[in-house]
Amino acid sequence: MIPEIGQFSLVLALCLALVQASLPLAGAWTGRAEWMALARPAAAGQFVFIVLAFATLEYAFLNDDFSVLFVAQHSNSALPAFYKFTAAWGGHEGSMLFWITVLAIWTLAVAAGSRSQPEEFASRVLGVLGIVSAGIIAFALFTSNPFLRLAPAPADGNDLNPLLQDPGMIIHPPTLYVGYVGMAVPFAFAVAALLTGRLDKNWAKWTRPWTVAAWIFLTCGITLGSWWSYYELGWGGWWFWDPVENSSFMPWLLATALLHSLAVTERRGIFKSWTVLLAIAAFSLSLLGTFLTRSGVLVSVHAFAADPTRGMFILGLLAAYSGLPLMLYGFRASSLEAEGGFKLVSREAFLLANNILLVIAAATVLFGTLSPLIVDALGYGKISVGPPYFDVMFLVPMLPLAVLLGVGMHSIWRTMSGASLVQRLIWPAGIAAALGVTLPLIFYGHASLLTSVASVIGLWVCAAALLDPLRKWVLREGAPLTRAQIGMCLAHFGVGVFILGATYVSAYTVETEVSARPGEHFQVGGYEFVLRGVKPVESGNYSAEEGEFEVRKGGRLVTVLASQQRVYRVQQTPTTEAAIDSRIGRDVFVAMSKPVGDNAWAVRIQVKPMIRFLWLGPLLMALGGIFAVLDRRYRLAARESTVPSRSAAATGSS
Amino acid sequence: MLLIGLVLAGVAVAVTFVIRAFQENLTYFIAPTQVAEGHAPAREFRLGGLVLKDSVKREPGSLTVHFLVSDLANSVPVQYTGVLPDLFAEGKGAVVRGRMGADGEFRAEEVIAKHDENYEPPEVTDALAKAKKPTAVPE
Repeated sequence: MIPEIGQFSLVLALCLALVQASLPLAGAWTGRAEWMALARPAAAGQFVFIVLAFATLEYAFLNDDFSVLFVAQHSNSALPAFYKFTAAWGGHEGSMLFWITVLAIWTLAVAAGSRSQPEEFASRVLGVLGIVSAGIIAFALFTSNPFLRLAPAPADGNDLNPLLQDPGMIIHPPTLYVGYVGMAVPFAFAVAALLTGRLDKNWAKWTRPWTVAAWIFLTCGITLGSWWSYYELGWGGWWFWDPVENSSFMPWLLATALLHSLAVTERRGIFKSWTVLLAIAAFSLSLLGTFLTRSGVLVSVHAFAADPTRGMFILGLLAAYSGLPLMLYGFRASSLEAEGGFKLVSREAFLLANNILLVIAAATVLFGTLSPLIVDALGYGKISVGPPYFDVMFLVPMLPLAVLLGVGMHSIWRTMSGASLVQRLIWPAGIAAALGVTLPLIFYGHASLLTSVASVIGLWVCAAALLDPLRKWVLREGAPLTRAQIGMCLAHFGVGVFILGATYVSAYTVETEVSARPGEHFQVGGYEFVLRGVKPVESGNYSAEEGEFEVRKGGRLVTVLASQQRVYRVQQTPTTEAAIDSRIGRDVFVAMSKPVGDNAWAVRIQVKPMIRFLWLGPLLMALGGIFAVLDRRYRLAARESTVPSRSAAATGSS
Repeated sequence: MLLIGLVLAGVAVAVTFVIRAFQENLTYFIAPTQVAEGHAPAREFRLGGLVLKDSVKREPGSLTVHFLVSDLANSVPVQYTGVLPDLFAEGKGAVVRGRMGADGEFRAEEVIAKHDENYEPPEVTDALAKAKKPTAVPE
């Protein structure tokens, strides 16, 4: 009975989504205020029913209702309640319902936050969000219904994939989805602007905080995913250029470009066409990501299921949601003339360079991700593109981008003299160059050319980002920093921290694979490792062998690490639980794999310098984003435009 | 004009890099039957199929293993030194990346096993299906 309530709620939500997708848009077209007024109630109603549907699925999971096929496939009575809850998005059907839920939350937020905008515009935005929502709900209902029943119900479920039984899994997918789906909001704003034919500074000002908000979640989600794969997959890598990682990373690159191009449109009223296209492209890539993940065309940790009808459905949605706006853009392009130009040395020019380089990076990642599929589809055999392609291709646009970033931050709008920029930046550049070259030599004794260059660039970005805050807060000179400026400095500082982390981890990681017997000693990266012994461990839904390793440095005990080789009982799947000792300067990583005979165990030992910087950097970027969203001008803008409408309403009633 | 020129130059450089890096890092997927027919390339490639039952031989106490990767029509001996993935098992699908040795044994640099019970790399499914076809035809 309960699952049917969920099913019924989802159908009702689809009906409301269709209302939201049609009448407000038609009302905005014909000027009928009563049709436009339907947008918000429809969005709110849709939200209620979708949340109800999601709650029903959670209820089925928490109560072990194995008569529901999706629950039977992804849960088990012995699974801890915590993981029963998160298992709801641990498979294809549930994760689509989760997608829908997240979209409903964004839509509700837009409905509440758009009251200060003209009714005609807001109802179009909500209408477009309704179209997106209706498409995805239909997809869930017709091809991936999480409420399908299984008769007769099995006595117990098939359990959750052990890799997903991890605290990181509770926050990583939801955060990523919130960001992914959030790209629908700037998309809807862009399409609504194309429909009204009015793309002005106000439009950019309304779109920007939403874009930043979605970008914050996307940034955190990708970072959490990287962190999760590092400690959970048991081989110590932090980024694999896995097609699914790529499909979350490409929207991130475009969202980052969009943030910067929106800044230009908001300030100067130029780059409009470009901004609109980026907004459409970023959302299209989010949908493409969904297609790649869910159609089963990829070999990936994330590929849950292979089902061609699902793939075709999403491909159809993708074609409609990117094709139609592009046609609309074609009609409107001539009316999007720029209002003014800009000089070669100006903030506009630097932001343009930023956009071009980010788009090139996204395009090369897209090419590397899709080419195996295209080659296969054309019948030229099966190929794969290795991580070295991505490593090289990513660095080519990113290193110049980072160099320009430091300069661009200190440039000003319209025009400025190159000499004043040079004068301003000569000190940070000199310090970065000196430290960037010498520090790796002092700490590690050797450095390749690429390591030196990347280390200089990382320090350069950090130094450039700290220049203004230092001036203001230490030397007490200059105008007070707005929240947006603090956000910018913080986010860019995060970029520098990330570059430093990535550089040092790539250059100075020491890793080895050994067969270890109890009592045996190993020297790795300046540390001494001793396998004390292996003992069996029993837990709720798995049994494990636990290896205890002493880690010493210069004879002194640093820590004791316990890594486990687990076997989850229901699926009989083995997994490796790595043990990690983290310090800000380095991680010591031990992962004990299977026995290799002769009382020995296969063990991975790694010492990774500065790996925490890899995640600290993006978190600082996200924090910078939070500062930017909280900037006063967005709230002022909201207040200013509500005051006249309120007074107008007051005069109307009197 | 200058700006457009710079942009075009940048794009041209990027495209050149893409194509070069792409060619260098492209690896083909080859099935055991193709290897048996002498189609194994000299450069690095990926080989996929099932790890044959009872074929995994380990040099005790060392990280070196030998096993047979098969598409049920033909099989290729593989040697690998290192920690095997958690889900590597006899009778299950695996993809190995490396080169053919002069002795006819494939030297794997990387072993990829399927990610969960219900999942098989599409390449493996494909190789098995292809190899099955000729034997299914009655003679």
